[in-house]
Amino acid sequence: MKNLNLAAIASLLVLAVSPIMYSLNANAADKETVNSVATLRDATPIDVQKEPNIIPKVINKDIKQGRNYPMQPPVIPHTTRSYEVNKNNNKCMSCHSRHRTEKSQAPMVSVTHYMDRDGNFLAEVSPRRYFCNQCHVTQLDAEPLVENTFVDMHTLMKQKTTSAKEH
Amino acid sequence: MTINRREFIKANAIAAAAAVAGVSVPAVASNLITSSDITKLKWDKAACRFCGTGCSVNVGVMDGKVVATHGDIKSPVNKGLSCVKGYFLSKIMYGKDRLTTPLLRMTNGKYDKEGEFTPISWDQAFNVMAEKANDALKKDGPEALGMFGSGQWTVQEGYAAVKLMKAGFRTNNIDPNARHCMASAVGGFMRTFGIDEPMGCYDDLEAADAFVLWGSNMAEMHPILWTRLTDRRLSAPHVKVAVLSTFEHRSFDLADNGMIFTPQTDLAILNYIANYIIQTGRVNKDFVSKHTNFRLGETDIGYGLRPEHPLEQKAKNNGKTKGSSTPIDFDEYAKFVSTYTVESVSKLSGVPEHKLKELAEMYADPKIKVTSFWTMGFNQHTRGVWANNLVYNIHLLTGKISTPGNSPFSLTGQPSACGTAREVGTFSHRLPADMVVKNPKHRAIAEKIWDLPEGTIPAKPGYHAVLQNRMLKDGKLNFYWVQCNNNMQAAANINEEVYPGYRNPKNFIVVSDPYPTVTAQAADLILPTAMWVEKEGMYGNAERRTQSWYQMVEAPEGAKSDMWQVVEFSKRFKVEDVWPEELIAKKPEVRGKTLFDVLYKDASVGKFPLSEIPEDRLNDESRDFGFYIQKGLFEEYASFGRGHAHDLAPYDRYHKERGLRWPVVNGKETKWRFKEGSDPYCKPGSGWDFYGKPDGRAVIFALPYEPAAESPDEEYDLWLSTGRVLEHWHSGSMTQRVPELYKAMPDALVYMHPDDAKKRNMRRGDLVKLISRRGEVQTRVETRGRNKPPIGLVYMPWFDASRLVNKVTLDATDPLSKETDYKKCAIKIVKV
Repeated sequence: MKNLNLAAIASLLVLAVSPIMYSLNANAADKETVNSVATLRDATPIDVQKEPNIIPKVINKDIKQGRNYPMQPPVIPHTTRSYEVNKNNNKCMSCHSRHRTEKSQAPMVSVTHYMDRDGNFLAEVSPRRYFCNQCHVTQLDAEPLVENTFVDMHTLMKQKTTSAKEH
Repeated sequence: MTINRREFIKANAIAAAAAVAGVSVPAVASNLITSSDITKLKWDKAACRFCGTGCSVNVGVMDGKVVATHGDIKSPVNKGLSCVKGYFLSKIMYGKDRLTTPLLRMTNGKYDKEGEFTPISWDQAFNVMAEKANDALKKDGPEALGMFGSGQWTVQEGYAAVKLMKAGFRTNNIDPNARHCMASAVGGFMRTFGIDEPMGCYDDLEAADAFVLWGSNMAEMHPILWTRLTDRRLSAPHVKVAVLSTFEHRSFDLADNGMIFTPQTDLAILNYIANYIIQTGRVNKDFVSKHTNFRLGETDIGYGLRPEHPLEQKAKNNGKTKGSSTPIDFDEYAKFVSTYTVESVSKLSGVPEHKLKELAEMYADPKIKVTSFWTMGFNQHTRGVWANNLVYNIHLLTGKISTPGNSPFSLTGQPSACGTAREVGTFSHRLPADMVVKNPKHRAIAEKIWDLPEGTIPAKPGYHAVLQNRMLKDGKLNFYWVQCNNNMQAAANINEEVYPGYRNPKNFIVVSDPYPTVTAQAADLILPTAMWVEKEGMYGNAERRTQSWYQMVEAPEGAKSDMWQVVEFSKRFKVEDVWPEELIAKKPEVRGKTLFDVLYKDASVGKFPLSEIPEDRLNDESRDFGFYIQKGLFEEYASFGRGHAHDLAPYDRYHKERGLRWPVVNGKETKWRFKEGSDPYCKPGSGWDFYGKPDGRAVIFALPYEPAAESPDEEYDLWLSTGRVLEHWHSGSMTQRVPELYKAMPDALVYMHPDDAKKRNMRRGDLVKLISRRGEVQTRVETRGRNKPPIGLVYMPWFDASRLVNKVTLDATDPLSKETDYKKCAIKIVKV
């Protein structure tokens, strides 16, 4: 049905041994659905407006966030304010390119980024991956409005191994 | 990279590692699960849920849950890539507030327009809907019934809905939200070529020498096409990119020639380019003489506002003649555009002369293959059809059309605006395969395919999107069903023209949605809806590619797909409840049958048995109705277009392909239409054949610049443009529920020039009010974000349900396409 590519396998290994738990949403407000319709408006009537909260700050702690699945592009754990990424310059690559990571200790871009449209490896990052911000985004220090009940495959697998041991 | 930053990172990483160490390291670090019984994922392909690019994604399922998604390596569209939204598809179905039961506004156990939302059963929901629909029908006839659908409906959902409304209830009051999005593109195609949808395809992206983005911000709105354009630009250094917009945005990062123009002056720039081509002697005379006609279009056509609006009172030709035109010759056309000189257009548009010349030269140079892209900049425009016509003019004058890399390319906003809204014909004036209700021959074809008596389909076009809201407010449209869109957030001028209609005591409003949206909040009855891979479906993308997917997971208990809702509802009506006696008399055997029998089960829709569904596949709707309904709906719909230049392949083939571009003739898809050799519908020896027109010639239109409906003045001193952002799909009802996407872009801010902020004594982050003549919205100021408007214009996206920018916008439309202009109105901004 589907060919797992090298990168996916590599990331799967990383994920499986990763200690990070996926509790991004644990503290999200648990809203009552039936009586407070329009959760994203905090049930504010349509002809009323709640005062907009202040602009949250970009989370800038450089702590890697776990991925929801191996092929998820990692979110950016630092601010990218005034990072230029245009046809003359790619600031992100000054730390994340293969030959800069030794100095920067930043993660190297995934090997998939060196592949062209047909899956051939190039000597440098493929131009189709040039604009990092199409997939990688910073995170603002904002509390999600609605909890998300997505279950990580690792949790499902753990449940299965646990129940197999019990029987 | 500075050493300071590295030290900072290191120090913080150590601190953080220490902080989390005690929590999780020992628990799971001990083993790696390797047993394939446990680690195996079931992978399957689906079309992405979001934009009109139409990426294919692989969806990984484990234990009945979607656990992963990524770009499909086998898809020619995206070749393994997704944008950030696409990568987070896995989480869109799992917002905790998914609706799982119908909710009716009730007081003391009874329906009450002012009551509280109360859980009821599906049976009760259909009872009250049938009662309200019957009341409206009896009182005011079929015109009191209406439906607002979607370019995000699957092809089958749209087709089922069109059939129920146009043939069952006999009303043309069905329109999709694609009216807000693609109607001007449709108008442009029909007027210039006589047949809808792009002639080119995405292969143009790897073949062009130059790209021109007309108002389109592909970097955010069609990210995967942008990756292909970027790939081409950076890997072939001779390639140039021109970007035109009313404000600077991310697509300017790649621009060789970036141009900021005054809103509405795109019309003048387009005419200047035509003039430049003529003045410099670069008209492709052979092409023009063989394949085009020239016509002069009607002008001063109004702004699609209510008839009593001063602008409509003033307009000379906003009546029936507004779309008319008269034949002219090349010389008359050349004279018409000759006033659009570089000097005058530079002055009008604010674009420097040398930039305009550089742009025009790109089109004029016969050696440069040019692809033009546009989306909402042209379409959401009170002269949207004209803008589409005018860009075709340029490509036709130079013969740069329908060959690889030479492509005027109208991009689509929604995943199935082409497939469901346009091809299926869910518009108030349309039928499948480009046919229209007002044409008696077209109605006869539809009635024959549907095996219904002559006269079933009403001839009068129904209420389009904007008119539906006005008619709700005026109490003329009383039973209204909204599916798969969020129009209380999306429609313009909510305060004056949308909210009052939903809450009008005469009306009963049903809203189907997976989540409690702003529109659901305004409804009387909310129906919980299954979404995306919780059902089988098909989408049609911007390059005519039709893609299908199987149901992969069960919807939450209680949620049902839009198609199930429409078809199940049809069981509540006997033919004699809804058809007059004289119509039944033409086909007496339908008496006593339900609309479900006549439209679906006993029609060709019902002829495919459940045994045709692969045994290991879910298909809740088919197994419920007792036949393979998605296949039946598709095959019946496809019979409209086969043999008429809209050929679709047999249904089962789509499950095996990563989509096919229609017309699919003799099993082969068509990449470039209208070009002999690549389009089998072209007459032999024609070279190019624009066969949508009876004489095979496309039309070059003489159309002028006319001003916007509303421009800034002393009091309302700023232009307001609205639009989308990369991280959110449309109104954010799915993506705002994905924590990573929410945290990437939680709030809609107003992007403004620092000098404009300073002038008003404002700073970044200040709480402000945007005020128009129609309403106001509060948000905070952003002066250093990704969008950099010029002085005099601000941009505020509309994804944020808590800050409804459409309380401010103007419901002026293109009088030809009836599409709203969301890009131009006049506002002022004050500090709160």
